[in-house]
Amino acid sequence: MTTPILEIRNLHARIEEREILKGVNLIIPPGEVHAVMGRNGSGKSTLSYVLAGKEDYEITEGEVLLDGENLLEMDPAERAAAGLFLAFQYPIEIPGVATMTFLKAAINAQRKARGEGELSTPDFMRAVKTAGTELNVDTDMLKRPLNVGFSGGEKKRAEVLQMALLQPKMCILDETDSGLDIDALQVVSKGVNALRAANRSMLVITHYQRLLNHIVPDVVHVFSDGRIVESGDKDLALQLEAKGYADFDGAAA
Amino acid sequence: MADYDHIPTLKENIDRATVDSVLSLDVDKYKYGFETDIESDMAPKGLSEDTVRFISAKKNEPEWMLEWRLDAYRRFLTLTEPTWAKVHYPKIDLQDMYYYAAPKSTPAPKSLDEVDPALIAMYDKLGVPLREREILAGVERPNVAVDAVMDSVSVVTTFREELAKVGIIFCSIAEAIREHPELVKKYLASVVPVSDNYYATLNSAVFTDGSFVYIPKGVRCPMELSTYFRINEKKTGQFERTLIIAEADSYVSYLEGCTAPMRDENQLHAAVVELVALDNAEIKYSTVQNWYPGDKDGKGGIYNFVTKRGDCRGVNSKISWTQVETGSAITWKYPSCILRGDGSRGEFYSIAISNGHQQVDSGTKMIHLGKNTSSRIISKGIAAGFSDNTYRGQVSAHAKAKNARNFTQCDSLLIGDTCGAHTVPYIESRNGSAVFEHEATTSKISDDQMFYCQQRGLNEEEAVALIVNGFVRDVLQHLPMEFMVETQKLIAISLEGSVG
Repeated sequence: MTTPILEIRNLHARIEEREILKGVNLIIPPGEVHAVMGRNGSGKSTLSYVLAGKEDYEITEGEVLLDGENLLEMDPAERAAAGLFLAFQYPIEIPGVATMTFLKAAINAQRKARGEGELSTPDFMRAVKTAGTELNVDTDMLKRPLNVGFSGGEKKRAEVLQMALLQPKMCILDETDSGLDIDALQVVSKGVNALRAANRSMLVITHYQRLLNHIVPDVVHVFSDGRIVESGDKDLALQLEAKGYADFDGAAA
Repeated sequence: MADYDHIPTLKENIDRATVDSVLSLDVDKYKYGFETDIESDMAPKGLSEDTVRFISAKKNEPEWMLEWRLDAYRRFLTLTEPTWAKVHYPKIDLQDMYYYAAPKSTPAPKSLDEVDPALIAMYDKLGVPLREREILAGVERPNVAVDAVMDSVSVVTTFREELAKVGIIFCSIAEAIREHPELVKKYLASVVPVSDNYYATLNSAVFTDGSFVYIPKGVRCPMELSTYFRINEKKTGQFERTLIIAEADSYVSYLEGCTAPMRDENQLHAAVVELVALDNAEIKYSTVQNWYPGDKDGKGGIYNFVTKRGDCRGVNSKISWTQVETGSAITWKYPSCILRGDGSRGEFYSIAISNGHQQVDSGTKMIHLGKNTSSRIISKGIAAGFSDNTYRGQVSAHAKAKNARNFTQCDSLLIGDTCGAHTVPYIESRNGSAVFEHEATTSKISDDQMFYCQQRGLNEEEAVALIVNGFVRDVLQHLPMEFMVETQKLIAISLEGSVG
């Protein structure tokens, strides 16, 4: 059996005294796109932060393997270099740092961590240009400070652009559809779909089904009260949309 | 030019011994803490009339200069040390210092071949592009003339012939006193009066060297002029005196870079820099200062008490100060502009970084005297570790300064929660038509910003350096190209160990 890209076993995490993840189990084989759906406050975003290594959470139990490696032992930068990418629900502003400068710093930091040489400027420019064209990211946007004054659509396109350039193994998309109008949603989804590959997996976190019309998942999981309570194919998302989450709350009890 | 990037990699002109000596210093992360073994010719310890006479005699100064110094010394005796700055340090014992130290390789060398090889080797370590070979080949920085100052005596001045062709004088102040007394008499202390302040008066009595620049009418200086200062002898206060005069319709850009070797005793550095811009003249003065800041416990380091002032004496003249301050245990420095000429303009762009136990009290003064004068102040203070970083600035409009304008932006960035940032603006307008704007912000690098950068693969130090470089961008772009790249690296070096 091939090694899953992501394997989460009985993951428990808390913030201060409050337990938020209460035993998450999830296996994502290479090339698959899994969606996690759940209502606000169910712990979906916490899952993404815990996987990326945000400091605020304490992991009390369980383990996570990224392509067979112990993810929880790594610091956030090491996780990134190992191929974990989180597209933020609310991308952070970095004043004064041109988007282009940030992209280059990120790529080269990851290459350095993996013992690879820096990307030459022409190669970097070519890569940015190619990825940028597909996402309607023009040179003007690349010159602006990262996320500062960006519209909702620009922020999400910049996230997907980073994902395209960094070529991660495992992409986590946290509420990527939030703040997007329908046109922007199409551009972003197209960008994400273009990155689907046999050796890359994705975890799409959302509480609306509409995103999944554009990024069609292989598996849908329902998240409730800190764990996965139901899994199924893409039709599960439609079922949820029709009936709401209430039916699944009982399963969590 | 100092090269911070390639220290572990062997590079032309940097031998193995240099690399090893630099690497062995990683305790304090100060890369220039080596000491050159050159026998010194020192003045007797302590400050007295005899010390002043000794210095003047060493410099072969004319009688009028000695009298000038003695006058300054007598005035100094009547002054007391100022205490208004937000800095704390043990009392400096002026009698426990040496005021003159010159490398013994006299008489003055005629060419680089005659210069003490130990000295050249030291500049190699610093990366000063002194080698004629490099200059002639025009490889690295073909357009920078360097007047290298080590402890007090100008050792070599390059490019002088080329500058002389257009009538520019670029030499040590000592030489100017001997060769161009009429210019020195006319302009010395015309911007910073002898008894301006405690340290400036002390400097007037005992200054040992510094640079002199004279740009004749209508001449645009064809290259950036650059001086390297370096404090080398133990317990030697360094008192430089720099005087730059730009005649009508002229232009000059001057770069000052500083590094010093490490030692335990605190060293006093009290320079005076005077700039004079006549009608339509423009002077750009850029400084990168990375003197030894003291060790991680706050021991040692340079005391930097400097008086820098520019006089926009002519109509529509312009003086622009750009400074990057990352070193010194204590910095007390306010490069200022007197906007005397109608339509004159003053600018101050500053990046001041403090880490460890450093104390910075720096800013500027824009004194609007003439009509339609304008000024702009952009100050970026970054405090980390246990440091204190104060911006202190004054903007004033005289009753005759009709339509004076100032824009001030003062931003502070805190890294960690054991440092302090303070902004102390003094704004006074005696003219109803003056418009002064002041904006100030204080921010912290947020955990979210750090996490975001780390999620993209940057480690903590890389993330801090990137965010800080973004914070100072408005100022960075005013630096000459060769300082810009160096500064970005210097920021990263200065903030090492500030997180985690």
